[in-house]
Amino acid sequence: MSNTIKTVALVSAVAASFAAHATTATAMDKEKCFGVSLAGKNDCAAGPGTTCAGTSKVDYQGNAWTLVDAGTCASIELPAMADGKARMGSLEELERDLPAS
Amino acid sequence: MFDHANALPPLPGVGYKPQHFSEILDNPAPVGWLEIHAENYMGDGGRPLAQLRALSERFPISVHGVGLSIGGETRLDPEHLARLKHLVRWLNPASFSEHLAWSTHDSHFLNDLLPLPYTDDTLTRVANHIDELQEAIGRPMLLENPSSYLAFEQSTWSETDFLREVARRTGCGLLLDVNNVFVSATNLGYSPQGYIADYPLDLVREIHLGGHDEDHDDHGAPLLIDSHGREVADPVWALLDLTLTQSGPKPLLIEWDTDVPDWPVLAAEAERAAQALARVNA
Amino acid sequence: MTTQSDFRAALLDAALPVPPGLLDGQGQPAGRRYAVYRNNVAVSLAEALETAFPAVSKLIGAENFAKAAGLFLRQEPPSSPLMMHYGAGFPEFLASLEPLQSIGYLADVARLEQAMRQSYHAADASVLDPSRLQSLSEDQLMSARLILAPSVRLLRSPWPVLAVYNFTMNDGAQPDAVAQDVLVTRPDYDPVPHLLPSGGADFVSALQNNLTFSDAMAAAGAEFDLGPTLSVLLSGGALSDIIST
Repeated sequence: MSNTIKTVALVSAVAASFAAHATTATAMDKEKCFGVSLAGKNDCAAGPGTTCAGTSKVDYQGNAWTLVDAGTCASIELPAMADGKARMGSLEELERDLPAS
Repeated sequence: MFDHANALPPLPGVGYKPQHFSEILDNPAPVGWLEIHAENYMGDGGRPLAQLRALSERFPISVHGVGLSIGGETRLDPEHLARLKHLVRWLNPASFSEHLAWSTHDSHFLNDLLPLPYTDDTLTRVANHIDELQEAIGRPMLLENPSSYLAFEQSTWSETDFLREVARRTGCGLLLDVNNVFVSATNLGYSPQGYIADYPLDLVREIHLGGHDEDHDDHGAPLLIDSHGREVADPVWALLDLTLTQSGPKPLLIEWDTDVPDWPVLAAEAERAAQALARVNA
Repeated sequence: MTTQSDFRAALLDAALPVPPGLLDGQGQPAGRRYAVYRNNVAVSLAEALETAFPAVSKLIGAENFAKAAGLFLRQEPPSSPLMMHYGAGFPEFLASLEPLQSIGYLADVARLEQAMRQSYHAADASVLDPSRLQSLSEDQLMSARLILAPSVRLLRSPWPVLAVYNFTMNDGAQPDAVAQDVLVTRPDYDPVPHLLPSGGADFVSALQNNLTFSDAMAAAGAEFDLGPTLSVLLSGGALSDIIST
């Protein structure tokens, strides 16, 4: 059997294991990843009054400030973490492909 | 798409939040209509538009724009005008409203409703922009009074006269935000009751109510912030009663945009609005 | 006279004085009343970035994120009133930030979050009925074009980007030092990131470029095992049509 014939058989077999999918009203309601739906909403509320959040001068210089109280990245034990990309350089550098939208 | 006779009913409404979707469909009372922020429904598809389509089959919808920058010194963004036109044509909402404010400058959108001096120049500009919008969406809009934290030295019009004149020149209606009246009056030291007395109530097609926070200026004077993050304050309910006695029943919207509560809390605020309407109907 | 240029300039630059001509209600200078607007702009834009990039925020911590966001929102304020799109340039910005250079995967985690947000708002499309793939002849299948749904996003990373994302957001396992390609699909309304097996990204990328099935298979290489990638595509509703030529 040729490779393409095998591929036709495979496509048919995989397709047979999936039924046509119907969207339900429940799906419209139940957010599985609520964060995405909350990201970047417009509203007409005012913010935190006269707190210093927007009025303190940006005293850290451009892109040369010091990291403080690192988050969960401190507990990720990638071999590359100690010396940046060097160790990861052995991995194939793949081209990124994010379609514009 | 769905014809709601292009008018909101004189009932309580709420600002729609996606987390309340199923509760609103299951048990909306006493809510009779919903308001959405136009800009949150300008994506290409997905859940936001699917929910809006489902809600619009059950409720009159008010589309409330927050990003057109009607008071901007530069021309209206033609792309945004086109998006508004598309949304209004698709949804055929019961009402469209926007703010007396600006938010875009040099093509940067600042995501806040920024204040305007009330001058002849501003009046001309705002009226021209409203003409342009009404032409695009093919219907009159409602213009909302802002929350003010400061005043402009160059202003020559009172806010109430300014709004009356904009409406006269453009044929637009007005959206009276009673909380904004209370916030601005407190912040700038005038009487909120006096503002209502001067305001052209015959042009009001919708009333907004929302919660505010308390802060202070450099001199310790009270500075109220239009935060939409809590219950409507008691003096604002009192100002609403005064307003309704003179205007008659109007569509009343509860706005709650930050620290959004569970549905029963929001429904309880709407119930309080229903009671205010019942008093004026009695 | 206070122009909007004056008002705008000092909004995002606290080193500038409060613009002249702004008063409280008693004819005194407005002073910190102007700070209400400064805060509204800076805080609302920073919060928009925070809600759009929660994994980045958890990875570097709230204080570092606030600094990065504060710089970004001043360098790139929104160019459109649609806040759902704000922050498209944030991944590139993170990649350029000197203090974050030691966290090589950070920008790709941001790209994954951006891809999920784009997917959430993408246009709806019909979903290909899998049975349409069951009765094709060899020639029909090889010359056909599989059409991807508009909500599909492909991210190729030299980092274990999905493992880092899941470790941070879903209590996932400690990431291994491997490259990961991620396909974001949107069955119904919620975007889901899937790990693609070797060759899968080349195959999907070929479909995105409107190549035929046969050419997409060739692009994926001789070792490519189609089954797992096709399962991801079908289970995620990622195929909207098949066009025979």
